[in-house]
Amino acid sequence: MFKPSWDLERNQLVERHTLTVLVDNEPGVLARVVGLFSARGFNIDSLTVSETEHDRHRSRITIVTVATPKVLLQIKLQLERLVPVHRVHDLTAEGKALERELALVKVAGKGENRVETLRLAEAFRANVVDASIDSFVFEITGRPNKVEQFISLMQPLGLVEVVRTGLTAISRGKEGM
Amino acid sequence: MAQQMTGAEMVIQALVDQDVEHIFGYPGGAVLPIYDAIFQQDKVEHILVRHEQGATHMAEGYARSTGKCGVVLVTSGPGATNAVTGLADALLDSIPMVCITGQVPTPLIGSDAFQECDTVGITRNCTKHNYLVKSVEDLPRVLHEAFYVATSGRPGPVVIDIPKDVQFALGSYAKPNNGSHPTYKPQTEGDLEAIKMAVDLMLKAEKPILYTGGGVINSGPEASVELREIAELTGFPVTSTLMGLGAFPASSDQWLGMLGMHGTYEANMAMHDCDLMICVGARFDDRITGRIDGFSPNSKKIHIDIDPSSINKNIAVDLPIVGDCGFVLEEMVRIWRSRTNQPRTEALSGWWKQIGEWRDVKSLQYAKSEKVIKPQYAIERLYELTKERDVYITTEVGQHQMWAAQHFHFNEPNRWMTSGGLGTMGYGLPAAVGVQAAHRDALVIDIAGEASVQMTMQEMSTAVQYGLPIKVFILNNERMGMVRQWQELLHGGRYSSSYSESLPDFVKMAEAFGAHGIRCEDPAELDDKILEMINSDKPVLFDCCVTKDENCLPMIPSGKAHHEMILPDTADIGNIIDEKGKVLV
Ligand SMILES: Cc1ncc(C[n+]2csc(CCOP(=O)(O)OP(=O)(O)O)c2C)c(N)n1
Ligand SMILES: [Mg+2]
Repeated sequence: MFKPSWDLERNQLVERHTLTVLVDNEPGVLARVVGLFSARGFNIDSLTVSETEHDRHRSRITIVTVATPKVLLQIKLQLERLVPVHRVHDLTAEGKALERELALVKVAGKGENRVETLRLAEAFRANVVDASIDSFVFEITGRPNKVEQFISLMQPLGLVEVVRTGLTAISRGKEGM
Repeated sequence: MAQQMTGAEMVIQALVDQDVEHIFGYPGGAVLPIYDAIFQQDKVEHILVRHEQGATHMAEGYARSTGKCGVVLVTSGPGATNAVTGLADALLDSIPMVCITGQVPTPLIGSDAFQECDTVGITRNCTKHNYLVKSVEDLPRVLHEAFYVATSGRPGPVVIDIPKDVQFALGSYAKPNNGSHPTYKPQTEGDLEAIKMAVDLMLKAEKPILYTGGGVINSGPEASVELREIAELTGFPVTSTLMGLGAFPASSDQWLGMLGMHGTYEANMAMHDCDLMICVGARFDDRITGRIDGFSPNSKKIHIDIDPSSINKNIAVDLPIVGDCGFVLEEMVRIWRSRTNQPRTEALSGWWKQIGEWRDVKSLQYAKSEKVIKPQYAIERLYELTKERDVYITTEVGQHQMWAAQHFHFNEPNRWMTSGGLGTMGYGLPAAVGVQAAHRDALVIDIAGEASVQMTMQEMSTAVQYGLPIKVFILNNERMGMVRQWQELLHGGRYSSSYSESLPDFVKMAEAFGAHGIRCEDPAELDDKILEMINSDKPVLFDCCVTKDENCLPMIPSGKAHHEMILPDTADIGNIIDEKGKVLV
């Protein structure tokens, strides 16, 4: 029942974990969460937030962080201490979660490059959401490494700019948080 | 039943409904409607301070000596920023406090209006929680929720920022039936299985120690009763952090004295060599542990704490029990009783023999003098001459604070108020005012340093105004003694800015305030003058002129472990700390 914490002490290797946090969507709640990370020297790799239950004014925040197991536990416990926080789940620790990210990718070019760009977009199931004679904007959704790969392939073909939402995630199976 | 009233009236009504009798505050443009509401009632007494920081420390002293929530009222902008130090102090020492701040009217928020500051932004990381109330409809709920959050679980400070238009607005007020919160639900009942496992470990231990902290005080007086009970049943030795002094009686044979950086040799050695450590309401702070990788290497550790995030934060423990220490200790007593009614005197005899040898080192001894007043001697005499009285002690921060912790002895909880976590110079004098406001007939003494006391000296005026006869006992070494000591330890004795020059004449100063001033330079006169102080019915500034360059020992130097203490007979302390230790604080 009580996992000896010595394991926590011994393992000094950092791991990347995805946390999902259910909060009351009240003013300042995001500042509270982000302020906790900066005040305690925790790291945020990516963060997404949106209200998910409008009638109850609740938001889900997805945070990707990199830390040792001991610090990961602290992050979770410190988040749970915040008054507007309902629950915190470490999706990475709880099993394989679904993780997705959306990016909008602007690519400019003509001729051969333009054809190649379209072919790759099709292979990656990226949608064209804007087009002009010499440019495209693609919308791509997927796991972060897929998005990453697509962007790097676009680099030599005339990549202009990229915006990314950051990762959002949900557990598999019928249980909700 | 709901009543129509203004936001300002709701504030007062909520205070009345929360049984608040005293608040500490300072007026200004953005809180005038609340001050008007105060003027028109007599249930809540307002104590006018001289600086908002003073109000926060008064509220802390009030809270810590009564177990109730301290309440502060300040205006927007500079009123709020002046309160920040006290909020941070209350957060680190887990003191329940509600601080109401005025704010510019809602339409002006964000416009850099006169005396506007982002109070909730500034105080977010130094409060347990804070609120900006933008509508009078939310005010009754927020007011009561704030008290709930401040006082339940691990206590802490809560700020309620109320714009001026909300104070004027009419709304309906009803006293909510409190006692819970939709998201904030601290776990107070410790897991019974875990408590049983703890008792199993305690029944087998041969070198146990109870390491207790401020959580026992925060839990309420019953927790101290249970602690005494479990100590008596088990026969285990007890030590405590600075914040926990008084929960266990210093007069007991089982008391080892305070532990940590300036703790006793026996307490620290017992921590280092124990086979079972039972941490009750303490948090393995760096002042306690010394060098982490050398901390109590061979013990199993049980940690009882109401805050799950305290567990495994600094030190990995074997058996965590999340819960209120009063509850957990009570269960522990019950389960222990169901297993045995014998203290384990036989099994612990070797341990107590060892502790006796450590005690013989007499780590708190100091070289006596008949010519000058030794600071330790001054505290000893203060203790001897006041111990039969109803006495409360507050302190400032520095050597005098540690000497007070070492040489004044406490037998009851809620009698000792000090700034432990934040180490705020200027805490003690206003804290004493707050204590005295709650205990009018008690003897309330601030054991002070001449540097610290100048930070909030103006609150003497508050003490005089309200007839609060606090005694400020200044150990005047004309040095920022603790800084000087660290410079001797770490910086080759280069005493950069650590002396007190151009000191005021504290006796004249007392008189200027309308208080009583006493100076003592001769050890032979000390007793009489202390009695003069105690017998004065006025506030007193006592200028006790002590040895200038005394070091506060024993000490675990930074970067060292418990068994590497500096003892009082060490002549040269300048060569002890290595390069690694120097960067630590
Ligand atoms: C507000 C604040 N500023 C600075 C410090 C750092 N500091 C710690 S002890 C100390 C000196 C205190 O001097 P004094 O009050 O005379 O006490 P002594 O150590 O001489 O007994 C200082 C400057 C502090 N703790 N608090
Ligand atoms: Mg001094």
